[in-house]
Amino acid sequence: MIEIHNIHKSFDGKKVLDGISGVFETGKTNLLLGASGTGKSVLLKCIVGLVKPDIGSVTFDGTYFTNNKLDIRQEIRRKIGMLFQGSALFDSMTVEENVEFPLKMLSHMPKSERMDRVNFCLQRVGLENANKKMPSELSGGMKKRVGIARAIAPNCTYLFCDEPNSGLDPLTALKIDALIAEITEEYNITTIVVTHDMNSVIEIGEKIMFLYEGKKIWEGSRDNILDAEVPELKEFIFANRLMRDAKKVEKGAAK
Amino acid sequence: MLHNFGQYLLFLKTLVTRAESLKIIFKRTIDEAILIGTNSVFIVALVSTFIGAVSTVQVSYNMVNALIPRSTIGFIVREMVILELAPTITSIVLAGKVGSSIAGGLGTMKITEQVDALEVMGVNSVSYLVLPKILASLLVFPMLVVIAMFLGLLGGYVAGTATGELTAQEYITGIRIDFIPYNVVFALIKSVIFSFLISSISSFRGYNTSGGALEVGAASTTAVTQSVIAVLIADFISAQLLL
Ligand SMILES: Nc1ncnc2c1ncn2[C@@H]1O[C@H](COP(=O)(O)OP(=O)(O)O)[C@@H](O)[C@H]1O
Ligand SMILES: [Mg+2]
Repeated sequence: MIEIHNIHKSFDGKKVLDGISGVFETGKTNLLLGASGTGKSVLLKCIVGLVKPDIGSVTFDGTYFTNNKLDIRQEIRRKIGMLFQGSALFDSMTVEENVEFPLKMLSHMPKSERMDRVNFCLQRVGLENANKKMPSELSGGMKKRVGIARAIAPNCTYLFCDEPNSGLDPLTALKIDALIAEITEEYNITTIVVTHDMNSVIEIGEKIMFLYEGKKIWEGSRDNILDAEVPELKEFIFANRLMRDAKKVEKGAAK
Repeated sequence: MLHNFGQYLLFLKTLVTRAESLKIIFKRTIDEAILIGTNSVFIVALVSTFIGAVSTVQVSYNMVNALIPRSTIGFIVREMVILELAPTITSIVLAGKVGSSIAGGLGTMKITEQVDALEVMGVNSVSYLVLPKILASLLVFPMLVVIAMFLGLLGGYVAGTATGELTAQEYITGIRIDFIPYNVVFALIKSVIFSFLISSISSFRGYNTSGGALEVGAASTTAVTQSVIAVLIADFISAQLLL
């Protein structure tokens, strides 16, 4: 469980996060939903410690993270896996080396054990025959898979994904979403997914926070998001024609 | 300007605080050194050979006084090559070649969030990425300068004898007149200083890139320009202090 408390962040006097608090549950896929530029990525970076919040704190399973001693922060970081928006694979390394990298840096596993783990993780994300490929030879969806494999390689307890399906076709996007949700449940980890995609919401949104202009203005799940009465959220959801139609059908059925 | 310099100093400080394990740094340094060496040895060899050759032809062209022995040409070329041309010109060439590649490489890693990926894993990205590049430069630049010295003198020999300006015997005698071994040491000290300036300034520029591909290009250009200026200033100061 990850708790965030009253996170504020400004860049050059411009307020990006304006006091966000909330709880992200273990074993669930927690979504951070919002339009582009509302500060979702910044919030995610505040949680993992890449950006230091001006005010506010983050707690991982009861351990205070922000501003804590370096070795405690490092200890928590070793349990964090992160999938970046552009995958952020190390482009001078092969797929295999990318996935092996965190194991090499963070654990004392011998080489053979590391390779077993690498192959296991690559298999888990559905990439059996790509070990020796370079990131530049991969498609967008494959890059995301390698990114996920690298994130889960060190047996992470917390998984963060920044727009895991941006830039993918709808079918591949669905598969990546499903993979993240499966892994979350299978290993009982705490997952936070940043997205602006209503498809993801409907597919995997077990717990959703909606951000608007740096504030959390709605919280719920995929079961009640279509009934939300917050105007900004309604505008966001029903910007999509399909969603409007879905709502009509639902209403019709209820009558 | 002053703010930038302060940031540069802070950047240098992060290099050594919470460094990665020696084994990792050592391995990465060797990798980087091989890369820097193999990528630059050709251009350094080419430039230094030609500079030695051109220097010889020009010096000889300007020495029309029959009272001065022809071997003096070899002497002057040696002084120029060892003291100034080999360390400084090589460093300027390397600022272009190595500096831009360091800044471009780090800049790309920065904007594609590869640096963030390292940091999230708890790896000190500055120590992991930058320290090996600087150590490798400190190791390889002096080697390249030694090669440049040798090839500069060789280029002078070939050009001098091929054009018939002086005989092989005169050239060899010339480059052995009043040889002061300290000059070689001086040149190597300079090359170590230059290599640190080039690699650290370029790393600083690359590491602080934000934005997109355009900014990476700009960071590379700035890195080369600032490295060259720093080398020239350091060249002047070290001539004042060490000679
Ligand atoms: N390092 C930074 N420096 C200055 N401004 C930033 C920085 N990172 C993000 N921002 C600004 O914060 C706002 C929110 O960005 P971001 O969190 O990336 O949005 P999104 O919700 O689309 O992920 C944007 O206006 C962006 O310009
Ligand atoms: Mg974002």
